[in-house]
Amino acid sequence: MSDTPTKTMNMIEAINSAMDVMLTRDPEVVVLGEDVGYFGGVFRATAGLQKKHGKTRVFDTPITECGIIGVGVGMAAYGLRPVPEIQFADYIYPGLDQLVSEAARMRYRSAGDFICPMTVRSPFGGGIFGGQTHSQSPESLFTHICGIKTVIPATPYDAKGLLIAAIEDNDPVVFFEPKRIYNGPFTGYYDRPVEPWSKHEGSAVPEGHYRIELGKASVVREGQAVTVLTYGTMVHVVKAVVEEHGIDAEIIDLRTLLPLDIETIEASVKKTGRCMVVHEATRTSGFGAELAAQVQERCFFHLEAPIERVTGFDTPYPHSLEWAYFPGPVRLARAFDKIMKDPS
Amino acid sequence: MAQRPKDNLAPLHLHVPEPKFRPGDKPDFSDVFVPPVDVIARPDEAVIPADIHNLAYGLVRVLGDDNEATGSWNPGLDADKLRLMLRKMLTLRAFDDRMFRAQRQGKTSFYMKSYGEEATSVATTMALQRDDMCFPSYRQQGILVTRDYPLIEMMNQIYSNRGDKLKGRQLPIMYSAKDYGFFSVSGNLTTQYPQAVGWAMASASRGDTRIAAVWCGDGSTAEGDFHSALTFAAVYNAPVIFQVVNNQWAISSFSGFAGSERTTFAARAIGYGIAGLRVDGNDVLAVYAAMEWAANRARTNNGPTLIEYFTYRGEGHSTSDDPNAYRPAEEYAEWPLGDPVDRLKAHLIALGEWDEERHLALATELSDEVKAIQKEAEKNGILGHGLHHSFETMFEDVFEDMPWHLKEQCEQVLEEQRDKFGSEWKAQ
Repeated sequence: MSDTPTKTMNMIEAINSAMDVMLTRDPEVVVLGEDVGYFGGVFRATAGLQKKHGKTRVFDTPITECGIIGVGVGMAAYGLRPVPEIQFADYIYPGLDQLVSEAARMRYRSAGDFICPMTVRSPFGGGIFGGQTHSQSPESLFTHICGIKTVIPATPYDAKGLLIAAIEDNDPVVFFEPKRIYNGPFTGYYDRPVEPWSKHEGSAVPEGHYRIELGKASVVREGQAVTVLTYGTMVHVVKAVVEEHGIDAEIIDLRTLLPLDIETIEASVKKTGRCMVVHEATRTSGFGAELAAQVQERCFFHLEAPIERVTGFDTPYPHSLEWAYFPGPVRLARAFDKIMKDPS
Repeated sequence: MAQRPKDNLAPLHLHVPEPKFRPGDKPDFSDVFVPPVDVIARPDEAVIPADIHNLAYGLVRVLGDDNEATGSWNPGLDADKLRLMLRKMLTLRAFDDRMFRAQRQGKTSFYMKSYGEEATSVATTMALQRDDMCFPSYRQQGILVTRDYPLIEMMNQIYSNRGDKLKGRQLPIMYSAKDYGFFSVSGNLTTQYPQAVGWAMASASRGDTRIAAVWCGDGSTAEGDFHSALTFAAVYNAPVIFQVVNNQWAISSFSGFAGSERTTFAARAIGYGIAGLRVDGNDVLAVYAAMEWAANRARTNNGPTLIEYFTYRGEGHSTSDDPNAYRPAEEYAEWPLGDPVDRLKAHLIALGEWDEERHLALATELSDEVKAIQKEAEKNGILGHGLHHSFETMFEDVFEDMPWHLKEQCEQVLEEQRDKFGSEWKAQ
């Protein structure tokens, strides 16, 4: 925890503050990416940082994700702590080889001779009418790569503390920011007005430096009847549905997908006897598959119903049918009905 | 399905490149352009790239057919430095021979020789400062040899034995030696290109004086990383030297599959507004001079350079390759730019600074030295003969701190070993 005064921040402001704090504290930190400099990023996450910290610390790059991440690996080899932004997670694929074969393997392949303390930030997820090239949730790909940590915050407070911890981490971190909740904790009821972050307790953010340890989940709601494992935007959607339907669910915001906080998961599922995994990403080979496998390996004899998966469909993210695709309140309610009715 | 051409239009043809000679053909290189020394004079290092496009299509040479060093590119090295260069190249050749043989003897899984292109790693490294950072591809072991990296460490790595500083994790020859300014070698091609640019940008942003040099082959210039790197370097005027070792063969694919039928690799620089030099890669003095020019240019904030070394891969791609299956065996002997070691030797002899007797003695001395070091290395074990690093090391360095799931898997592998070897078995 930080001793500095808190301020009400939305997610963008909290992320901006994390980079500002780290650029101020650590001269090795650099921020690079498309449009991140003078303009301050298409989502404004880096607004004001170049003006404050200078052009050699915060700068625009050519449009080549392979180059952005590859250059980051080289900067890290020099001794810097690069924080590249990939403008949308959908654009990360040209940089994948530099992440998978280079950043993730550097410590291992050189036996610690070279390391890669790089944090790749990228907005991800849908619900913004972004179509199939601005809505994807590719997080499970990165959890499959050994040597990368995958972090996804769900509140401004967590976003700042996790991003600072990621930047200070000596291994590469992929930091996915759920862009649907940049400006407010979206509940999945897309036809209702969105509440601003200021009404959510997670918007009270210390102005200074603090860390949230990577690999630690957060129990955002305690309950006895069913454990829900989720992260990102879906934390808020699940919470809204649970409250609306009066379900005694325990909601766990994983916050870090890898390394996974297995202890918190195991304790909760053993207590409730039911487990639902929820993510926006496509279903098959999604991170929910790994969660379901972990839970059945550890909690099989405590389970009173099959593990339920609530996810996006195995299609590209559609434009006009976005809300039919999104795992929103209807899909969640049906899944809760099923898992609670299943005979024990 | 075949499409019928429209009546009044000629059908299109797909061009699939084919090398001029295949096994059984007699190679004829009479059309290879070998200009005399100093056709294009050495420009000032601060020259604007647009003013030297001709250097990207020419061929910088210093050692002429008379074995004399002449012209404006002559770096003017003294005889001691030339002999040192010869010594390094002969060391590299002796090392390559022993390690190739070790693979054939079943002592390791894999090896790659640099025969015929030794100048491109030895002369270049000699023209750099000791603390400049090298980002090699897989065939620049000459950098380590030139910087006096202990040969035994290289052998330990090749054998993946218990002395291997990389803990037996990497394919042989994929060294890493930060203290020697040698970046960890990747098996994925040209990934080191943007990394070198990033390192150079970091150096420039810190007001450092060190520059970066990066190598790749002709074939791997086709990778996207190559083009990302050149774009970044041009944009930020990064102090980096790009080198393409054009040895004309990417495993079995001749350089035509990287575009050499259309233009030179040095000319790739032109589109990016980077200085481009095409150099006789088997002329150690030309290679040295080109690197010295590019290094001076980078170090004085005049920006990056792309150098193509025109050379020939004298051996197979690796121990896993048989070049006789796709190219005539006589090609290397017929190759008009000769052999880099022979040419330097002839130059030293022409200077009156060397003779056949001393050359033979040096080659024998180095071969014996390498043999003796090999014997020492093999005391640490050879691949597959038990003297490897402990099983736990398989799980170390994936992350700085080992997470729970790797600890679990580590315990599992130890249990598997106990199952395999009995309860008496103990982790090393």
